[in-house]
Amino acid sequence: MTAISKEYKTIREIAGPLVFVEKTEPIANQELATVKLPDGSIKRGQVLDTSDDLVVVQIFEGTAGIDKDSSVRFLGETMKMPVSRDMLGRILSGAGDPLDGGPAITPEKRLDIVGAAINPWARDNPADFIQTGVSTIDAMNTLVRGQKLPIFSGSGLPHNDMAMQIARQAKVLGDDEEFAVVFAAMGITNEEAQNFMKEFERTGALKKAVVFLNLADDPAIERIVTPRLALTTAEYMAFELDMQVLVIMTDITNYCEALRQIGAAREEVPGRRGYPGYMYTDLAELYERAGRVKGKKGSITQIPILSMPGDDITHPIPDLSGYITEGQIVMSRDIHRAGIYPPVNVSSSLSRLMNSGIGDGKTRDDHKAVSDQLYAAYAEGKDLRGLVAIVGKESLSERDRKFLDFADIFEDRFVRQSPDEDRSIMESLDLSWDLLSTLPEDQLTRIDRKYIEKYLKKR
Amino acid sequence: MSNVGVIYRVAGPVVTAIGISPRMYDVVQVGKEKLMGEVIKIVGDKSIIQVYENTSGLTPGEPVENTGKPLVVELGPGLLSSVYDGIQRPLPVLRDKMGDYILRGVTAPGLDRAKKWDFEPIVKKGDTVSSGQAIGTVMEGTMPTKIMVPIGISGKVEEIKKGSFTVEETVAVIGGEKVTMMQKWPVRNPRPVQQKFLPDIPLITGQRVLDSVFPIAKGGTAAIPGGFGTGKTVTQQQLAKWSNAEIVVYIGCGERGNEMTEVLSEFPHLEDPKSGNPLMNRTVLIANTSNMPVAAREASVYTGMTIAEYYRDMGYNVSLMADSTSRWAEAMREISSRLEEMPGEEGYPAYLAGRLSEFYERASRCRTLCGEEGSISVIGAVSPPGGDLSEPVTQNTLRIVRVFWALDTKLRERRHFPTINWLTSYTLYDKQMRQWYVDNVAPDFPELREWAMQTLQKESELQEIVQLVGSDALPDEQKITLEVSRMLREIFLQQNAFHPVDTYCPMERQYTMLKLIRKYSDLAQKALAAGAQVSAIAGVPARLRFNKAKYEENVDEELAAVSKDMDAQFSALGA
Repeated sequence: MTAISKEYKTIREIAGPLVFVEKTEPIANQELATVKLPDGSIKRGQVLDTSDDLVVVQIFEGTAGIDKDSSVRFLGETMKMPVSRDMLGRILSGAGDPLDGGPAITPEKRLDIVGAAINPWARDNPADFIQTGVSTIDAMNTLVRGQKLPIFSGSGLPHNDMAMQIARQAKVLGDDEEFAVVFAAMGITNEEAQNFMKEFERTGALKKAVVFLNLADDPAIERIVTPRLALTTAEYMAFELDMQVLVIMTDITNYCEALRQIGAAREEVPGRRGYPGYMYTDLAELYERAGRVKGKKGSITQIPILSMPGDDITHPIPDLSGYITEGQIVMSRDIHRAGIYPPVNVSSSLSRLMNSGIGDGKTRDDHKAVSDQLYAAYAEGKDLRGLVAIVGKESLSERDRKFLDFADIFEDRFVRQSPDEDRSIMESLDLSWDLLSTLPEDQLTRIDRKYIEKYLKKR
Repeated sequence: MSNVGVIYRVAGPVVTAIGISPRMYDVVQVGKEKLMGEVIKIVGDKSIIQVYENTSGLTPGEPVENTGKPLVVELGPGLLSSVYDGIQRPLPVLRDKMGDYILRGVTAPGLDRAKKWDFEPIVKKGDTVSSGQAIGTVMEGTMPTKIMVPIGISGKVEEIKKGSFTVEETVAVIGGEKVTMMQKWPVRNPRPVQQKFLPDIPLITGQRVLDSVFPIAKGGTAAIPGGFGTGKTVTQQQLAKWSNAEIVVYIGCGERGNEMTEVLSEFPHLEDPKSGNPLMNRTVLIANTSNMPVAAREASVYTGMTIAEYYRDMGYNVSLMADSTSRWAEAMREISSRLEEMPGEEGYPAYLAGRLSEFYERASRCRTLCGEEGSISVIGAVSPPGGDLSEPVTQNTLRIVRVFWALDTKLRERRHFPTINWLTSYTLYDKQMRQWYVDNVAPDFPELREWAMQTLQKESELQEIVQLVGSDALPDEQKITLEVSRMLREIFLQQNAFHPVDTYCPMERQYTMLKLIRKYSDLAQKALAAGAQVSAIAGVPARLRFNKAKYEENVDEELAAVSKDMDAQFSALGA
């Protein structure tokens, strides 16, 4: 490209994270750029809008310190990520630079960070169970290889603990396939980051993980890049190194704030609550990078974590996410207040791909029926709580009282587990039968007779 | 008039070009890689183009070439069992050409150019034919399809050949024009018909809550709104699998990749319950997932509709599913905002309502130009943000469509599937289709439906009382009403899409089941009058057997047995 060596000192305007440069040679859309500040420091950016008159560059590290005398250089290529097997065990910044004092990544390959869309025809059906060791997920909202299952949480809820627990415990059953975790933190506090790093090192989970940390005081714009770096790494590991990769991204809400910030700086027409109209497509470009590809051994499974502003599940961020992801795990403040960890609200949680990952040969033959019955019984028990608040427990029938009690022991014994407790799926299912055995047998209408004979009667 | 210009500006999927003078909606080739785009706005000497492929790396100054033609689809043998993206590029061919990812600048024709089809003429040399008239037939896999005179051509058949041809070879000469089996049609224009009919025949789907309670007419329109996770996609897939339309066009518009994969991997294995052939033989799938280019998503619904119209023109009943029209509307919004247009409600363009109604108006049952009767039933999913039905896409859709299947999160939480809420859903076709049910199902069917609806309505009123005072405070008669409505919900309305037997319920069985619940209700009231206890009535063994009957291999015999059991057991209770 002709523009590689040219430097422009034609900055017309600087607004928020954007720099507007005029009178350039033709510059390609999405091309990388560097800005040299008067003090000699260098910032990196990317072209968002290009025309003969004006080029808009978004600066990853923020525009602080850039003045109209700074010079802009266009690099003639789109953003690439160096990837290598040696990245396992490394802690990198949100822009991909080592944070752990180790050497720079020696690339085996350099990949475009904006992944192309997987041809729907080339996708393979997600069908294999991933055990997270968390009963509410494994037994009732099963995670399947290639799925994207977000955790909808709220500020102050222990989603990071749960993310860590899943990162530590997640495994594929029954075979010796290589499992890796790619962890992308966006806009988390220094304290949270320290905790993550400590946990990763303490538990030894780090040796099968790649960690990207973009901190709260890192430039917001860098957050746009962080998940893309993480997913590019994951794609390399999954589809070229045949690994089963779990990508945990926290917190998507911070990512969306960064998107909104850029939109506002470009003076775009805003969509709902000021978020850009293309946020759906943008989120899809992240989430849809999960999946399996026919003829490839590896897979990418995603657990994005987002905190719902004001616990509002109709807020654009959880709402649009929910339309792209295959279900959601919802955390509840009420359950958290009751002192139960993990505070998963199973009633509003869902795994859309659950049915393809469970059953005989994958988990156990009774899995689906047990899960349905737990849902139904818990829903009934919760409804009765409302009634008890009005009429008192005494006026309930014997049957209703059993369901009422069921809801309590369900939360206490099934939902609750310690952050270090790794329950296998068999343990979770056996526990389910323990709980269901407190109900009258003829009330187990969702379960086929043969499973009652096989699992309840033999107890 | 110049046909080659240069790129002036690139912003997201929108490219501005100068130096060409196109008409609106002309297709242009953008950049050195010849990315496909469509002119959507003309300002002075600038043409604004929405590009169907990723624009990263496009540079001002690269060439832009106007093809002078609007966006068209290729119609002809070979459409059935195809899987396309939003602009009719076959996805399997794309995979062969460029691997697992969708890269740019790769074109592939919608119809296979090499494949030969056996053309069987049905008109003779010397006959006079008009536009849209059938001149021959071709077996497309297991489906007999017609070859029709392209619109705009008519006259004397000067030559017509029987034999094996590719879609590009001339099979006839009509009025001096060479006719091939393939024709092209601009996607944004509806294909003409002779006459539209009143939709008064139901589309039978084998889903109890749909066929018996909220039916859609052949040639009708329905909307499935629902927040995420309410079972919308499963409902749509059930419709695609089981409805009695011969041709299914399924448009995955901005949907999840894995969900599309499920459709793509499931359809080829599904057996058509009527013919035993793969269901795929009569299906066209269009998959434009949420991370594929947004402009192609915008075009995908038109591509699907035009293909549907082509088969309707042959006299087929087509059911077209668009999942989801909200994603389509969002594509419009996204492009509109890139164009810096003045936004309407919630940032959607002001022409949203117009586009939606134009789309749904292309549904109809009609006499086609070749004299056959065909129909397109359109089932559009809407995904209201936050489940808020007052948002613009849902509201504008509801103004047009005649059936509303309200999916309900509460029902999902209770694992009541399908999650169609019986109190808030509606159909406006029930009056005009009443006669069909009387003639084809049973004379008392409309009454039975009415009775079921009233019972369910009564239940919701009673539930409010129960919430306050508990069910023990209700009089016995009302307790029975609750039991009956519970049966309506659990036995009749609930249907397991994944159960081999229950997944499809023929109309006669739906009637039998409803009738049987009615019978229980009548017997229960009688038994009550004879002094029987509510608990005894609710606990008759026949009822338990009824609960399970729909899952049995020999379900119809089971139902007959339940009916007998009921007679015996209730007479023991004094009824």
